[in-house]
Amino acid sequence: MVDMSLIAMATGFVLILVGLYGALTNRNLLRMIVAFTVADAGVNLVLVSVGYMRGRTAPILDSAVPATEASVRIIDPVPQALVLTAIVIGLGVTALMLAYAYRLYEAKGTLDIAKFSELKW
Amino acid sequence: MIKRLIALALLAGLGLLFLGLLLDYRPDTDLNLSARYYAERTAPDIGAANIVTAIVVTYRGLDTLGEVTVLFLSATIVGLVLALGRRREQDPAGLAPVGELLTTGSRLLTPLILLLGAYVFVNGHLTPGGGFQGGAILASGVLLLLLADPLRHFSHGLISAVESLAGVFYVAIGLAGLVWAGGFLDNRILPLGDLGALFSAGAIPAIYSLIGLKVGAEFASMLASLAETQEL
Repeated sequence: MVDMSLIAMATGFVLILVGLYGALTNRNLLRMIVAFTVADAGVNLVLVSVGYMRGRTAPILDSAVPATEASVRIIDPVPQALVLTAIVIGLGVTALMLAYAYRLYEAKGTLDIAKFSELKW
Repeated sequence: MIKRLIALALLAGLGLLFLGLLLDYRPDTDLNLSARYYAERTAPDIGAANIVTAIVVTYRGLDTLGEVTVLFLSATIVGLVLALGRRREQDPAGLAPVGELLTTGSRLLTPLILLLGAYVFVNGHLTPGGGFQGGAILASGVLLLLLADPLRHFSHGLISAVESLAGVFYVAIGLAGLVWAGGFLDNRILPLGDLGALFSAGAIPAIYSLIGLKVGAEFASMLASLAETQEL
């Protein structure tokens, strides 16, 4: 039987590849931003799946998981804390990209990345 | 065409790397050393039922302060970038009217959404949830208001007052931990209480509520800045 965490991890890797493909091949800034958020979701999925352990439960102590048995009953909490951070920072980065895309559109009247040739050599 | 092929070749290489990682991956059967420490020491030392919260707010509290700062910076830069040369004319006649359902629904739902957001961050040390999630829920209430009335003006003064006061109190609690407990952002300046009670885990509920308000205000300011760019 295939492990849950392997399915989640494979999905995450696929999402990263899909997102990078979209970011590399699209010319439209908005599409590139959407592609980056897809890749971002993939990275988060891979990180979370690393912490998964078969037959264990969420790292929250209650009547089902008494504090004394925590270390044998819960999954790894560290990747979850890490991904919590990554999601929030990802949102900040997306908002920044959108704001810059808006300014670029105002400057040139287009979202086509090929039209922005100032930094090309 | 050539460019697309190069991109595909690059991704194929990356995909091979990922495939190697995936095939070699063996899930752990035991917690590693640091995870075991967090699992065993959270209840006696921190008193929080949610171990992820204990890590985010106390064990790695300084990183969370940095993260909130990054978010603050990105909200500020979004505001700055979008404010340059902004000219906004009030012209409600140019907008299609929003539906009755959306207007009435937003009046009914917004207070409930704000309540849910507050619930999520106040209970961050007990349930899955916390300041970041609660703050995002608060901001989704703001988003609903903006959808119902795209021309609605949010007071940037109020948003930044909430944001800065929450930040100041967050750092003040951290410094109090330096004086009265073991170190910066130590939660033991307040009694730990009973595991699983609302008033437990020392200063964690207070810190996470402040983070919730701060994150909510930051997201709300990003949303308001982006909404004000709307051209009529």
